[in-house]
Amino acid sequence: MTKQQANWSPYDNNGGSCVAIAGADYCVVAADTRMSTGYNILTRDYSKLCKLADKCVMASSGFQADVKALQKHLAARHLIYQHQHNKQMSCPAMAQLLSNTLYYKRFFPYYSFNVLGGLDNEGKGCVFTYDAVGSYEKVGYSSLGSGSTLIMPFLDNQLKSPSPLLLPAQDAVTPLVEAEAVDLVKTVFASASERDIYTGDKLEIVVINADGIHREYMDLRKD
Amino acid sequence: MKLDTSGLESAEPVWATFNELADGFSAAPSFELPNTTDFDGFQKEAIQMVKPAKGTTTLAFIFKEGVMVAADSRASMGGYISSQSVKKIIEINPYMLGTMAGGAADCQFWHRNLGIKCRLHELANKRRISVTGASKLLANILYSYRGMGLSVGTMIAGWDETGPGLYYVDSEGGRLKGMRFSVGSGSPYAYGVLDSTGMICQLKKLQSWQEEL
Repeated sequence: MTKQQANWSPYDNNGGSCVAIAGADYCVVAADTRMSTGYNILTRDYSKLCKLADKCVMASSGFQADVKALQKHLAARHLIYQHQHNKQMSCPAMAQLLSNTLYYKRFFPYYSFNVLGGLDNEGKGCVFTYDAVGSYEKVGYSSLGSGSTLIMPFLDNQLKSPSPLLLPAQDAVTPLVEAEAVDLVKTVFASASERDIYTGDKLEIVVINADGIHREYMDLRKD
Repeated sequence: MKLDTSGLESAEPVWATFNELADGFSAAPSFELPNTTDFDGFQKEAIQMVKPAKGTTTLAFIFKEGVMVAADSRASMGGYISSQSVKKIIEINPYMLGTMAGGAADCQFWHRNLGIKCRLHELANKRRISVTGASKLLANILYSYRGMGLSVGTMIAGWDETGPGLYYVDSEGGRLKGMRFSVGSGSPYAYGVLDSTGMICQLKKLQSWQEEL
């Protein structure tokens, strides 16, 4: 007698791509706004970006219901932190919190691929990239989601920074200026939309710098 | 089924008793389990989606001056290289290192947890924990999660009062003391080099050095 398999899965993949780039005094986080299921588009106007703290923005692709639950959980924890410590959480602190939050669902994972971008305590850009169960790494740039295999090699070519494992420790942040980094992100998404069916519609770009958070949009292919 | 979450508990949750804000976020959150009859099948499917980083070579050996630990830095998911700069050598505390092979998140989380436990031991006993003790703590935690799908193949290397220490600990619950180990998909090749003539000489030197001690 063969074992009965489940004919319902609690997970779905809503597609989409996310990118984050860290600069010397800024951080760019971007994601497309298409939400799909299977070969259908659910909406062309869904934001995958979430402001977790003053200088900290998270972009997530994967299963958006799990992403929404994760964002709520983190927002609640941040509020408690603010009440207890009378200050905003720094980006590295939020990075560790996100890692632990993801790992506590190790046996029933959040199907959410996250990239966290922001400024650290010194005002330097930092990007943290995660897998679905919480392993994370501080990097100079990262791309996740359905278009990541198309985007990442291009970012490697343009932004390749010395390995953080080398000694003496070298900066992983890109020497590019803010405007150049935003331009690079637009180029990269335009290219990804050409060949990835799950990426397109509109691009949402958030830039975090000393002045605060600045948001802009760009149109992408709608097919 | 009741999961053993003692691995996550630290000392008495000091503030939980009078801090109502933290309700639902207490000091020792337990692992949520999926509501399914087929836990193994679910884990198999879930792991397909998570695709743990694979393809690792780590090695460590004891030599005259201490312990040498080495690891590569590539993480691959199937044919795609997800990262070229993974830190597979994790600092548990300033005198103990752990290596990462298997599931990246599993290794990172449990090494950090081990670091917490080691620090608590220091505070409670006014002396550093031995490498033997630390590896035993980790091995016991991993044993209690045996069969749940954790994937950890690690070496705990450090220096304590008895000198250099090296243990191999895995998620099956195995714990071995030794002079040299290699873990990961590249370990057979590393063993080929470690075990060949160079190391035979080292072993002889080590034996005489140990007799001196």
